[in-house]
Amino acid sequence: MHKDNQPLIFEMTKQGRVGYSLPELDVPEVDLNELLGQELVREEFAELPEVSELDIMRHYTALSKRNHGVDSGFYPLGSCTMKYNPKINESVARFSGFANIHPLQEESTVQGAMELMYDLQEHLKEITGMDEVTLQPAAGAHGEWTGLMMIRAFHEANGDFNRTKVIVPDSAHGTNPASATVAGFETVTVKSNEHGLVDLEDLKRVVGDDTAALMLTNPNTLGLFEEDILEMASIIHKVGGKLYYDGANLNAVMSKARPGDMGFDVVHLNLHKTFTGPHGGGGPGSGPVGVNADLIPYLPKPILIKTDEGFTFDYDRPESIGRVKPFYGNFGINVRAYTYIRTMGPDGLKKVTEYAVLNANYMMRRLAPHFDLPYDRHCKHEFVLSGRRQKKLGVRTLDMAKRLLDFGYHPPTIYFPLNVEEGMMIEPTETESKETLDNFIDAMIQIAREVEENPEIVQNAPHTTVINRLDETKAARKPVLRYQKTTGSE
Amino acid sequence: MKHRYLPMTSQDEKDMLETIGVQSIDELFSDIPEKVRFKGEYNIKPAKSESALTKELAQLAGKNADSVRYASFLGAGVYDHYKPIIVDHVISRSEFYTAYTPYQPEISQGELQAIFEFQTMIAEITGMDIANSSMYDGGTALAEAGMLAAGQTRRKKILVSRAVHPESRDVVRTYALGQSIDVVEIPLKDGRTDIGALKEMVDENTATVMIQYPNFFGQVEDLKEIEPIVHGAGALFTVSSNPLALGALTPPGKFGADITVGDAQPFGIPEAFGGPHCGYFAVTQKLMRKVPGRLVGETTDDEGRRGFVLTLQAREQHIRRDKATSNICSNQALNALAASVAMTALGKEGTKEIAVQNIAKTHYMKQQLKKSGFEIAFDGAHFNEIAVKVDSSVKELNAALFEKGMIGGYDLGLSYDELQGHMLIAVTEQRSKEEIDAFVQEIDAFVRETEASHA
Repeated sequence: MHKDNQPLIFEMTKQGRVGYSLPELDVPEVDLNELLGQELVREEFAELPEVSELDIMRHYTALSKRNHGVDSGFYPLGSCTMKYNPKINESVARFSGFANIHPLQEESTVQGAMELMYDLQEHLKEITGMDEVTLQPAAGAHGEWTGLMMIRAFHEANGDFNRTKVIVPDSAHGTNPASATVAGFETVTVKSNEHGLVDLEDLKRVVGDDTAALMLTNPNTLGLFEEDILEMASIIHKVGGKLYYDGANLNAVMSKARPGDMGFDVVHLNLHKTFTGPHGGGGPGSGPVGVNADLIPYLPKPILIKTDEGFTFDYDRPESIGRVKPFYGNFGINVRAYTYIRTMGPDGLKKVTEYAVLNANYMMRRLAPHFDLPYDRHCKHEFVLSGRRQKKLGVRTLDMAKRLLDFGYHPPTIYFPLNVEEGMMIEPTETESKETLDNFIDAMIQIAREVEENPEIVQNAPHTTVINRLDETKAARKPVLRYQKTTGSE
Repeated sequence: MKHRYLPMTSQDEKDMLETIGVQSIDELFSDIPEKVRFKGEYNIKPAKSESALTKELAQLAGKNADSVRYASFLGAGVYDHYKPIIVDHVISRSEFYTAYTPYQPEISQGELQAIFEFQTMIAEITGMDIANSSMYDGGTALAEAGMLAAGQTRRKKILVSRAVHPESRDVVRTYALGQSIDVVEIPLKDGRTDIGALKEMVDENTATVMIQYPNFFGQVEDLKEIEPIVHGAGALFTVSSNPLALGALTPPGKFGADITVGDAQPFGIPEAFGGPHCGYFAVTQKLMRKVPGRLVGETTDDEGRRGFVLTLQAREQHIRRDKATSNICSNQALNALAASVAMTALGKEGTKEIAVQNIAKTHYMKQQLKKSGFEIAFDGAHFNEIAVKVDSSVKELNAALFEKGMIGGYDLGLSYDELQGHMLIAVTEQRSKEEIDAFVQEIDAFVRETEASHA
């Protein structure tokens, strides 16, 4: 990475330079003042850059060199499934017949796109064991909210207006309680037991006739399979609640256990995780939702159906929760996920899960002697270490994460889940080789040794990045969220 | 079976199982209760080789009529615009597209700086104080604006103009349902928001008034007249805006908008059958801490070097959980990057030039339609869109146009009962004079033929 500061694109501006090519106007010009009235005609130009095409390419190339992606190196960020992003996906999504089609074209002119969506839905139904799937939600959290809105509609259709509570485990992703709030529910937390699993006694205590749903990730965020899943399903169903599956961790159970068979009523998937999205620096994602038969009437509209004449969108869905997004979801991401599933096939997807779990267990075993392992049992696709041993020596998990940067690795997810002190959540994925895992493990072991012998080197890390640790307090206290030409940007 | 994405060899597998201390991979799944264990393999299509799959999917793509082969006159919120070729080259750099959210700023300065620049560009274009790092799309951004306004004002009613995109209104309604917020539609008058009706409707329960600028029909709303009505009632003023139009139009910020949202798709992002596009969310300084989603801020390291970090995270779901301002986590970062590159390429001059070209082309279309005797539903200034009365089946007309290599407009009767037999025609800078002339000629011929057959 380059140590020099990269100027903002606005600081490279020189009046008179352009980076675009528009055709000459081949129709008569219009007088904007006459047409719009003076008040509506923009007076001051937006302060956008004035740069040449090469300036643009060099700028963004420089920025890309200051960024770490999966293609740059190992990225064991727990819960995010940072696996390889296949290049065929990128090529296929750019086919003009997928990239340059309009969502409101006559259906007869986009049958290929609709066929792909339909077939993807069919594949996801089989993979999740659910009865129907919608591709409309744009991302995982959007899918969670969509699923909860359907559960709400289901209860209300049964005249059940008092189901105001959604139960989430203390180890849940932050989006679970946030989505529950947006869907109009109160969140109730259920505790984990000493094995890192949902405490059944506590669950029995918190359920009731006000329970709308229990949201669960399985395996959970500790990477542990909730063995009592059938009993949990029975507890929730007995009181009339629904069971919601957060599919963030689906990579751990493909071909091993399907949410539909575990008793889940609603499932969302993160196609940008398990199905190689890619992550795009934070998005776009895609968060399809699968439901069992009870909930089909409430799916967002339109739904895609197959008729003798071809594929069509059905808007006649009187009980639907409505639209959750304009058009039909993040189609471009869905094309990538479909390409991936078709690349892997049934045997490939099975191997994906098996190797993801093998890799995680291998790393866990090799690292266990050097860090604390709060829940010592087979993990699934990820595991969580605790840095409390190192904390006693004055080095925090944050410091160790920063030290990993010096070795060229993206650190694990840290301080999550919340029920592990100084947590480090490690998810290797199946696309990493044993050599990569071994090198990372060696780096972790070296850091553990440094904590004992030379803690300063860890506490002051990173040492090799383009920038040192940044002052986040300053950023939050006096937020500078944009460049201002007049005052300059200090 | 060997697979190119799976580097595991049988020797690796053996060594790793030994380290773990188990006999087989199956043992690692022994915690899955027998009753729920899935046996065998999924009943899905078998794997295909790279070449065979590419060919199959190319054929599937070939079944779709794209806006490269066909001249498109369809807009209604998604547009075929100039996409600078450099955009795809930048977003194809895998340091950007294979990264995740920049949680580790020291190795994510590229992404963070690019987002900071995006925030700046959106703020500049909309005339707002600040913008966030992106939302899913324009529709959900509008819905989130409604949620923000309801929270901020502690009021439970949203007024949304019927001239706002019908699908965005649908999304607003779904979000509002979750929060038990009423959504009331403001009627139309001559293709714009009925300001008289708005005055009657706005009251002390109104959290926000939502106006689209230019609106769904391509008409330019009078934000100056609307603003005091909204603020007079203590509501927040939300404007949904096509950012490309703002190259020529006075931005919402200048008219006192509290929240400006929209979709940056017109800047360098392919239509992609409706997504992924790129929602944006811009607000006044006062609302900064209420913004949904990620924000990038500038700061320094201990050596005084400038750097960028995710900031004001106390608003967000991973910190605040059920008290967060929104549940959004993933956003549209890569498309925000695409839009940034397109806005950079167009730059200060180009954003105006492209907007002016769109206005000129739209008005040329209007003039040609009028010359052929068509009735334009709503008069005045147009941006991209024209609602024209065709008095025949839009579906059949589109089929006829398709035969001539053109993708026709949007059937307004699908969303507006009073506009049966009206087509919403979009013209961007991509349509040449020849294409516009041919289009008018075709719809003229079609309508005459239909009339003759009915006579």
